[in-house]
Amino acid sequence: MAIPCYYSFRNLWTRRLTTVLTSLGMALVVFVFAATMMLAEGLQKTLVETGSYDNVVVIRKSANSEVQSGVERGQAAIVESLPEVATGPDGRPLLDKELVVLINLTKRGTDKPANVVIRGVGPDGLALRPQVRLVAGRMPRPGSAEVIAGKNIAERFQGGGIGESIRFGMRDWTVVGTFSAGTTGFNSEIWGDVDLLMQAFRRPVYSSVLFRLRDSSAFEGARELIEGDPRLTLEAKRETRYYRDQSEQMATFLRILGISLTLVFSVGAMIGAMITMYAAVANRITEIGTMRALGFGRLSILAAFILESLLLGLTGGMLGLFFSSFMQLITISTMNWQTFSELAFNFTLTFGIVWKSLLFSLIMGLVGGVLPAFRAARMNIVEALRAS
Amino acid sequence: MFFIKLVIRNAFRHRLRTCLTIAGVAIAILAFGMLRTLVGLWYVGVESSSASRLITRNAISLIFPLPIAYAERIRQVPGVKTVSYGDWFGGIYIDEKHFFASYAIEPERYLDLYPEFILTREEREAFVRDRKGCVVGKKLADKYGWKIGDLITLKGTIYPGQWEFALRGIYRGKDKGTEERVLMFHWDYLNEVLKKTVPARADQVGYYIIGVTDPARAAEVALDVDRTFKNSLAETMTETERAFQLGFVAMTEAIMIAIQIVSYVVIVIIMVVAANTMAMTARERIPEYATLKTLGFGTEHIAAIVFGESVFISLLGGVLGVLLTFPASHWIETELAQYFPYFSVSRATIYIDLATACGIGAVAALFPTWRGATIRIADGLRRIG
Repeated sequence: MAIPCYYSFRNLWTRRLTTVLTSLGMALVVFVFAATMMLAEGLQKTLVETGSYDNVVVIRKSANSEVQSGVERGQAAIVESLPEVATGPDGRPLLDKELVVLINLTKRGTDKPANVVIRGVGPDGLALRPQVRLVAGRMPRPGSAEVIAGKNIAERFQGGGIGESIRFGMRDWTVVGTFSAGTTGFNSEIWGDVDLLMQAFRRPVYSSVLFRLRDSSAFEGARELIEGDPRLTLEAKRETRYYRDQSEQMATFLRILGISLTLVFSVGAMIGAMITMYAAVANRITEIGTMRALGFGRLSILAAFILESLLLGLTGGMLGLFFSSFMQLITISTMNWQTFSELAFNFTLTFGIVWKSLLFSLIMGLVGGVLPAFRAARMNIVEALRAS
Repeated sequence: MFFIKLVIRNAFRHRLRTCLTIAGVAIAILAFGMLRTLVGLWYVGVESSSASRLITRNAISLIFPLPIAYAERIRQVPGVKTVSYGDWFGGIYIDEKHFFASYAIEPERYLDLYPEFILTREEREAFVRDRKGCVVGKKLADKYGWKIGDLITLKGTIYPGQWEFALRGIYRGKDKGTEERVLMFHWDYLNEVLKKTVPARADQVGYYIIGVTDPARAAEVALDVDRTFKNSLAETMTETERAFQLGFVAMTEAIMIAIQIVSYVVIVIIMVVAANTMAMTARERIPEYATLKTLGFGTEHIAAIVFGESVFISLLGGVLGVLLTFPASHWIETELAQYFPYFSVSRATIYIDLATACGIGAVAALFPTWRGATIRIADGLRRIG
């Protein structure tokens, strides 16, 4: 059994050009497969990590996102008085009443507008989101027309950098700082003082209320209180859940697109593998006959050729993964249909994607190699030896 | 003649291999054509939108409303013929999976501005008369089996509550690209309810639609409208409907670019497969090429044989792929009608498909051609297998 295996391995090496071309075809398929999976994963990771498990988002019932929602001041005050809300170091509830709207900004280097989230936050906005920290500049002074911009906005949008200004609500807003929020969606937002922004946009109501739970397990209790209160027309979600819901449609779209594309492409690559393996069998009829004459059974021959084609697939898979891992350096910025706003995210490679891609490449190799391997195994010794 | 015969004979010497290659090229061309059509569909909303209609929205962004009082002031701008208005309602039917577009509109002039929505006179009058009435596109009505007179209930996402409409008309699109999956109802109905429930949000519209007297002056009119509301509480942004749609499309452009790149990747994949096949074929036939050369055929003859075979095989695959495109797009149109109301492959796509197939054959043949043509007779004859 050892010799046929070694034989397949040597063969791949001897016929290098064919090996490289065949596995290159498969590598491209694996690349597309891995890249689309990475994209969906990156989108979901960005939005899921945006939320913290212990935070609760309260929005108006049946509103799908903060942008559509409206929470009246009176309602916000009722939520603030719930016993489940954690207390901050200063003794006040750890809760933030926020305004979330969209504004049109133009991307740098183009004249194409995009919808950017602008979030009015209160004093606790930063404390509730430990992942957000200032990387350059300073925080806005309370009561002045100053805002800070997320990392992606600062890089990609006109007027987003420190010292630049953005015009809306009949006045100019100076960007005084850039913040980074790890890999979360806040990187694609602009933050300012909530009261000033409500004035500027002439919105008398908040968009959402965000608070930390006093005890992580108290969520159900808080939810029942909020949703059962006849004065409130609000619903409460854990922040993680809220953001996961927002990424669902688009991530599903990307996955379906990716899988259907790769299925079609893999047919092409499997045909490629089949052609290569048939040729490998046809060129080696005499060798196969010799091995059979030496006493190797049909099963060994079958195994040797299947192994060869699996190796071919594996090489392709690894090549494809190698190239796709470079995609992690690329940031995609597009509109999330569910929130109607711009979101930047990275391709993200996970262990799950790695083994799925490798498995996929092995399957391609197997399907491509199984028929030729059977042909090799079924060969008659005498006829095979007689072939020139 | 002799060459063509030789090429065809050669192509089918390894019948299995040739068939596999043809199948591979066919699949690649099929996928390429489908992806190109898909990308084209993305822009179909832009193409079917009119350049003579203007859309005025709030300058901050689409989610901010404009006061209804602007309608009269826009009408006074020179060059404006008709003004109508509407609001994105964003209602949900049953649950989120059954989402379709819904707008609250001012019916009479809106329908005048959109002649591509075809309603019978009776249906139109019934809709205009009934404040709680609505009209839907034919595709939407077919999907849910709605008939005239049915009650449709939507759950509001932007305007809370359950909203009930009586179906008064089912419109057809003037041509295939017209959107037939929209529900439209009276803006007045929305406004009256808002006046009672949330008075602060009443008397506001999402956007104005302007019909201009002379399409050539559309840009000028747009500037005039925006100038009228400069430095007011709600500044406006006016652009042609086409530019407006293009703005939407541009927001999700990254994904379209990705699909376009992928459609080129499939071509590269199959190029690699075809190149591999041709390399193998040429390697096996080196002694034959040497023999041909001995008989007096020149380098260019050998090159033509190899090159011709490669192009011939991939062109066969291309033709097969194009032939498969039609049933495939028909299948998408009928089975996935919900996502792709129409999916027709353009003539340009077919030409590009065939050109690409030729290209695949040509590129795949480069290396083998060079190898076959430059082989020295003695080396070629000496080679075994």
